[in-house]
Order: sequence, then C-alpha cells, then structure tokens
Amino acid sequence: MKDDNYNEISKNGLWNNNVALVQLLGLCPLLAVTGTVINGLGLGLATMLTLIISNAVVSLIRHLVRPEVRVPVFVLIIASVVTAIELAMNAWLYELYTVLGIFIPLIVTNCGILARAEAFASKNRLLPSILDGLMMGLGFTLVLVTLGAIREILGYGTLFNNSHLMFGELAHNWTWVFIEDYSGFLLAILPPGAFIGMGLIIALKNVIDKHNKKKQTNTATQIVSSTEAAV
Amino acid sequence: MNNKKYILVSGLILGLFAIVGTTLVGITHQTTAEKIADNERLALLRKLNQILPSNKYDNDLLHTSINIDADNRLGQKKSSTVYIAKRQNKISAMIFSVIAPKGYSGEIKMLVGINIDGTLSGVRIVSHKETPGLGDAMETEKSDWVLSFSGKSLHSPKEKKWKVKRDGGVFDQFTGATITPRAVVQAVHLCLIYFDRHKKELLEQYDKQTKQLLPDNKTG
Repeated sequence: MKDDNYNEISKNGLWNNNVALVQLLGLCPLLAVTGTVINGLGLGLATMLTLIISNAVVSLIRHLVRPEVRVPVFVLIIASVVTAIELAMNAWLYELYTVLGIFIPLIVTNCGILARAEAFASKNRLLPSILDGLMMGLGFTLVLVTLGAIREILGYGTLFNNSHLMFGELAHNWTWVFIEDYSGFLLAILPPGAFIGMGLIIALKNVIDKHNKKKQTNTATQIVSSTEAAV
Repeated sequence: MNNKKYILVSGLILGLFAIVGTTLVGITHQTTAEKIADNERLALLRKLNQILPSNKYDNDLLHTSINIDADNRLGQKKSSTVYIAKRQNKISAMIFSVIAPKGYSGEIKMLVGINIDGTLSGVRIVSHKETPGLGDAMETEKSDWVLSFSGKSLHSPKEKKWKVKRDGGVFDQFTGATITPRAVVQAVHLCLIYFDRHKKELLEQYDKQTKQLLPDNKTG
C-alpha cells in the first residue's frame, strides 16, 4: 500500500465518509449519550476500540470465512469484542460504566461497525483495516465530543464536568464553569436538543464542503483564464 | 455431494467462531467478575455511608439485612431490603432500600436511613428517570434538597405537614417540578410510618434470621 492510500483512509474516516455525519450510522447511542463531553468521549473511545479490534480480526480471517456465513461470523466477533470491553469497563471504569449504562452493550448494534467490517476490513489487508477502524472511530468520537460540548455548554453552562469518571480523582477540578449559577437550558439536554445539534453539525459540514468545492473550481477557472490570457 | 461438504465446512467455520468468541467472553468474565462485584459493593457502601456515617455503626452493613415482602403499607410492589446497622452489638439504625413509584417518569429508587429513635438519619436517591434540569434537583450533586430530610421524624413536622409546600407541608418543591418531590416526600413518610408501627416485627425477623444462621448462638 502506498502512503497516499493511507491518507485517503484517514480523510475518509475523519471527514469525507464520517460514520456519523455522512453515513449517519450509530445515531441512537450518539444522540442518547451526548449530554456531556465526558459521556460522549467515553462512548466514542469504546466504539473506536471495538472498531479497531473487529476490523483487525475480520481482516485476518477474510480468506477463511466463506461469503455465505460471513455476516453471522462478523456479528459474533463484534458481539464478543463488545462484551469483553463492557466487562472490562465495568471492572475498571465502574462510574463511567454506570453513566453510559445500556449504551455500551448496544455498541453491538451500531451498524457503523458491521458496515466497516463488511465494506472495508473483509477486503483489505491488516494494516489498512486497523487504520480504517482507528480513523472511522476517531471521526465518530470527534462528532460525539463536539455534540457533547455544544449540549453541555448550552444545557449546563459547564464543560468537562464529571471528568473524574474517566480520568480518576485527579480530574475532579477539571470542570470549566462558563456561566455561574446557570439555570440550565432544558432543550439542549433533552433528546430534541441532540437532534437539533446534530442537524446543525451536519449543516456546518456541508457548508464547509461546498465552500471548499467553490474555491477549487474558482482556482481552476482562474488558471484556465490566465493561460488563455497568456495565449 | 460436493455441495453438502461445502455447507458442512461453512457450518464448522461458524461453529469455530462461536467457540472462540464464547471463550473470549468467558475468560474476560473470569478475570473481571471479582473486581465488578467489589465495585458494586463499594458503590452501595458509599451510598449507605452518606446516610449513615461510618462511625455510627461497626457491623458489616452490607451483609446484615432482612427482606420484607411486597407491602402496601410501605408502598412497595416488590420485596425490599432493610439494612441493619449495629453499634457495639446494639441496633442503632435501619436503612430502607425502597422505590417511590409515583415519580414524574417512573420509579425513583432510594435509600431511607432511620435511627432507632425514629429520626431520619438521611435520604439518598439511588436511581431515577426524572427530567434532567428539573426533577433531578433531588440528586446531591445538583442541590441540597434531599439533605433537608435529615433529623426530621414522624412527629416533627406533624403528620399533616409531611407534604411539599404546595400541598400545605414543610418541604420545598423544585421550580417547575412538584411531582418528583411529592413522590419522594410521600415515600419517606411511608417508611417512617412503617418503621414506627412495625419496628418490633422487623427486629423479631432479624433475630430469627440470625438465629437460623448461627444455630449455636443462644444469646441471640
């Protein structure tokens, strides 16, 4: 594999083919847990880890598994990995686990993971597959964290609240309070706020894409006109 | 024939992955089970200690409990646990693990600690599904409301005043949420009444249970 191929994989995962913003997969946990940054980060990292491991395993066994049984085999792999991660989180990140609750086991049903196994890992070698899992997971995590930040600032007036759930006792004073005695903005905390926030993020991405495209065509026409002038 | 063989091999591959997957989960479970059980015990003990400071008891609180069957007088549809706190072998308090059924969106699980003299040593919410930003003010992280129960008893305030202010009682409601505090106040009140009327039975049940566990111990 060449370098630009790895670049392509990274770009796809983070932006062009982002699981949450473009493929619109895994929205249920995404919308449900993004009340705060830390919740979003927790679920994002768990999903990323699942993606990396499942992509790696699927890539390793891609010649062994026959097309007829591939989907059940992929589902088995994903389910086992997620269950193992769930147990590990319950053991070592207990507080965060109680906050994220049902959404950890529900990572199994995040179609984004099966989609990557089927569309990418089952057709590519180990390294690109791991990178794809990492980048897709990172893209998903970034969206979770962004949405979590928007909702936390609007809803609670804070940022990084409850950091100690993830980073231990040291992180107790990491909370940034933006507005003292903020009474809260209920809409941002409730599910409708998640949908609205998600819609705005997707809209923003589309605006940026359009802007970039315009710039590209502009420079292209400029080059054309300047060459014409030269002629 | 060839076709059959093909199906068989596919099936075997699937079976192989089932075994590998289950093994992985099994091993993880083995290595984490103890830690998870520890976590759950610690989390519960931390909640119990918030209600009842650890200097108020010296027994193994988590393993000293009785179960009471579902009882309308306590407002419970399922059986509930009562933890018994002892100090120097004398019962000092009881902690009721109960459910307030009439929250704004479902059940509110809570712990109600009652000293042996009938005063409340504390109340804590364990889990709930109330509206964030409105009903969740009963969590200690959000407001001090739930601390207002400490020291109250069945006779102070008087029976009629065991309500939220809107209903003519002494307990604050939250801005925009009356149903949640109403449910909590009612559940705490029921616990106090139950404790007052059935203290003797609860103690008898506990005595009986300890005797069953330690048949040789005649002193009880």
